[in-house]
Amino acid sequence: MELRGAAALVTGASRGLGAAVARRLAAEGARVVCVARGGEELARVVADIRGAGGEAHAVAADVGDKHAPHAIAGTAAALVGPIELLVQAASTLGHVPLRPLLDTDCEALEQALAVNLVGPFRLAKLLVAPMALRGRGLVVNVTSDAAVAAYPTWGAYGVSKAGLDHLGRILGAELEGTGVRVVTVDPGEMDTAMHADAIPDADRATLLQPDVVAARIVRLVRAADSVPNGARVEASAWDGRSPAAPEPGRDLGSG
Amino acid sequence: MTPATWPRDEPLDERLLVLDPRAGDWRDARVRDLPRHLSAGDLLVVNDAATVPASLPAVTARGEPVELRLAAHLGEDRWRAVLLGAGDWHTRTEHRAPPPPVSRGERLRVAPELDLLVEDLDPRRPRLVTVRFSLEGAALWAALYRHGHPVQYAHVDRALDLWHVQTPFASRPWAVEMPSAGRPLTWALLGDLRARGVHLASLTHAAGLSSTGDPAIDAALPLPERFDVPAVTVRAIAETRLAGRRVVAAGTTVVRALEGNAKLHGGELVAGEGTTDLRIDASFRPRVVDGLLTGLHELGSSHRQLMQAFAPELLLARAWAHAEERGYQDHEFGDVCLVLPRLTPA
Repeated sequence: MELRGAAALVTGASRGLGAAVARRLAAEGARVVCVARGGEELARVVADIRGAGGEAHAVAADVGDKHAPHAIAGTAAALVGPIELLVQAASTLGHVPLRPLLDTDCEALEQALAVNLVGPFRLAKLLVAPMALRGRGLVVNVTSDAAVAAYPTWGAYGVSKAGLDHLGRILGAELEGTGVRVVTVDPGEMDTAMHADAIPDADRATLLQPDVVAARIVRLVRAADSVPNGARVEASAWDGRSPAAPEPGRDLGSG
Repeated sequence: MTPATWPRDEPLDERLLVLDPRAGDWRDARVRDLPRHLSAGDLLVVNDAATVPASLPAVTARGEPVELRLAAHLGEDRWRAVLLGAGDWHTRTEHRAPPPPVSRGERLRVAPELDLLVEDLDPRRPRLVTVRFSLEGAALWAALYRHGHPVQYAHVDRALDLWHVQTPFASRPWAVEMPSAGRPLTWALLGDLRARGVHLASLTHAAGLSSTGDPAIDAALPLPERFDVPAVTVRAIAETRLAGRRVVAAGTTVVRALEGNAKLHGGELVAGEGTTDLRIDASFRPRVVDGLLTGLHELGSSHRQLMQAFAPELLLARAWAHAEERGYQDHEFGDVCLVLPRLTPA
């Protein structure tokens, strides 16, 4: 999709991948609404984007809060017009340090589902129908390989992300022919605060920088028409060197 | 007719009165049957305005409580609004206490972080004010969503949440009351319409307040309203008319947007934003819209006057009596009515 002037909404935009995607989209000329639980980090991202000549707005909200989505969607559309691109990067791990499933509080699982699955569902529910009536739009949900592989102690997070993957597949099937596309993207292991929470002793030199992954996601957004609706893809396919887009019908995440 | 007092669980089961002004008859149906009463090539145009939580509690400088109902966004931090006295929606609007007198330059407080300046009062209708909020941009919208409630009336059972007053395709928050004809148009129903070959298009129209309780203001409703008609919708309408098919407005606000737009441009629909003060009644000859999906509106209301541009009052009155006898319900969560002339044989 064309990014110059596009109305975009990015969740989890105060740090990590979300912040990097918001910066990249704004640098490409998109009008970006940045959503995060707020505070100074979010204000700094928005100030940086504006300082660089881009357009950004800060909306402080918790996507896991049932009452937040209407305020988020309404504020965003009021500020930049009908949303054409939704990037859902907000995530929570559940317990930190991570715990085995049998030690996971039910409330921690519910919280992970609220932020990583139900929140993205609510926002997609609000934003996709007006996109479809206008005949175009793109939803990019950020997932993880923990949605596919069964990593011990990643239960709350992995279960919620697996749900998000399948949400994308079903929504994509239901949106076939409407001009609106859903893509679920696995960014790979990144050097973020969340990764440090999960694996404090990781060798950071082996991790991807969020900005590198954000550049891949922006390439993916530009080429989204070539991705099957509802597909789960790996961001590394858009590293600028790979032959890029997967073949139609191929779902990289299921293998 | 009795009002619907709460949103019902399955919009597709709600009643649909199908009224054909060309044949001069009507029949009973359900909302889920809508596709059968439209034809391939017909175009259904919906209003995608989201509903603003437009009722804000406030206090005057002297500490007197008032309710501010936002009526129209004038740009940035400025709104036209109506003041009501102490109390809330539980009291019928026309029985509400008048607001204490406010003067130009007075500040009202909504919350610790949000107050507003009364910039201007309408000389003939002093409850109609122009206000400027103390916040702007994302901070103002966040505060409106935090402190505002949906505008609602005494016929509704309980306090409404914001999701009760959004259509399934709500986008920009331009409407201060729900554009309610769009409410039963679920994703499944839109899919059935597409499968039938019915085309869909959207526009945004700032649906205003339907009643304020102040006779002087109510007589002037609807106030001027903002609209935005996308180029893709203008094209879809041109193609529909060229093919001899029907343009169906989902709601009176869509009629106002399309006919108001055309009137501003010498009868031609032009893509883009504008403001219309068009009042539509029996004397109006629609140039864009062939028929409409709308609620059941009682005689004397501006919505009923608008319907008279599409069907003679005699037919509307007979159909209304039938619907009343059959237990149809009116108001924003009530049953709907399709007023549409059958296609003439080619």
